[in-house]
Amino acid sequence: MLMTTLKSREAIASLVDGKAFIINCHGCKEVGFPEAEANELEKELCDAGKVTGIMTTDYVCNPENFKLRLKAYIPQIEEADVILVLSCGVGVQTVAEIFEDKKVCAACDTIELPGYQGVTALEVDCDQCGECFLNMTGGICPITACSKSLVNGPCGGTKEGKCEVDSNMECGWERIYRRLEAQGRLDVLKCPTKLHDFSTVKATGACKQSE
Amino acid sequence: MKITELFKQGEFVISAEVGPPKGCHADELIEDAKKYLTNVHAINVTDNQSSVMRLGSLAVCKALKDAGFNPIFQMTCRDRNRLALQSDLLSAAMFGIDNVLALTGDHTFIGDHPQAKPVFDLDSASLLYTMCQLEQGKDLAGLDLVGEAPSFAKGAVVSPCSDSVDAQLVKMERKIAAGAEFFQTQAVFDSEQFIKFMEKAKQFGKPVQLGIIIPKSVGMCRFMNGNVAGVSIPESIFDELKADKEKTKAGITGIEIAARIIRECKPYCQGVHIMTLGWEDKIPALLEQAGI
Repeated sequence: MLMTTLKSREAIASLVDGKAFIINCHGCKEVGFPEAEANELEKELCDAGKVTGIMTTDYVCNPENFKLRLKAYIPQIEEADVILVLSCGVGVQTVAEIFEDKKVCAACDTIELPGYQGVTALEVDCDQCGECFLNMTGGICPITACSKSLVNGPCGGTKEGKCEVDSNMECGWERIYRRLEAQGRLDVLKCPTKLHDFSTVKATGACKQSE
Repeated sequence: MKITELFKQGEFVISAEVGPPKGCHADELIEDAKKYLTNVHAINVTDNQSSVMRLGSLAVCKALKDAGFNPIFQMTCRDRNRLALQSDLLSAAMFGIDNVLALTGDHTFIGDHPQAKPVFDLDSASLLYTMCQLEQGKDLAGLDLVGEAPSFAKGAVVSPCSDSVDAQLVKMERKIAAGAEFFQTQAVFDSEQFIKFMEKAKQFGKPVQLGIIIPKSVGMCRFMNGNVAGVSIPESIFDELKADKEKTKAGITGIEIAARIIRECKPYCQGVHIMTLGWEDKIPALLEQAGI
């Protein structure tokens, strides 16, 4: 199971540069979604004239089905400068794969809860690490796509674009670099040094107690 | 002594690299240093290099310092979390070891303990940031250190001949933003590639030491080309090594090649860093031939 929590208002505001198309994933039954806070946030953004459209759906992580449902929203998505996704990390990465040329941002952090985990037979993966980095990495997860889960760029272990651990595995940071380069967004990489906050992991225990 | 001071004085800074043994005796390493490394400004001590468990870098740095050398403490983020890394930085400062080279580190998977849990709580950039925090008298939790804060010459690495050199430059910039004051490079075998890299890197205004490995044999070069990230050895070097097998075996060809690379690159960098890989005894001849 997992729980998505909304990032801070300031963090989200900094992502919405221009107009946003919003995708809410009410997800699978295993996911806790912050519905009330999300509605409040979306109303604020709509009132500020910053929203081209809102799509509320489930199972974004089922791309075939999701793509069919997306068709009705294509004009609104094209009009938007950013796609703001309220889902777990798998959902955000699925959207980022579909819209490779577009800025796709995570509005939520994903926290792991004990118990059953939603099964998604996808290449992308969410570690439910509690501090989503997808907004700084072009929608490719550095925690799961990098064998060292590095958050400040590549190590020196890349050989012909492959990881030092497995020559069949593409270097996650190479992929991140290429995607941001294609989007003309390499400046995103010039952000302050990140330290992964592992204290959010304790939320697992806290949530268990409050159940 | 901080090697950043030497760069400031305009010195062409020469460092060599030694790897601690798999055992608890450093006597031989110290003796070799006394024999062959008296003409270098500083000595890097590797930290479980290639993820192979060995005697600790900090302990060998201390032994070298006691013997009158200027050590550079290499720190990887593979084996320690942020508590242990900060603690070892304070320990280094207590010993008067003030040169630290921050590395992410190879993955445990490629070393001699593939069963180990890799840590990577921090990485090369956040380790540099950590040093800056300690220098401000604070730890990473924002808590005050007792007494005078430590001060380090903060180094980092970069691969000028990587096949993804643009991504390397972005990372280099990020390391500088995190606090890096000087750079040592991965081994360079192609002067032209290095010079091209330096044309881009000089905008950052940080001293860069050219990384040098003396090519020992065709087999070694082939292995490095196939397996070592950031290393690319041109065909012409293979031809040189093949030309006279006896000369190559004696190390003469390798020294000639390495000395030539140093001479060609010297106008574009601020020092040289020699990774000896067991050929410490060749360093005096190399420095002489390179004219440094």
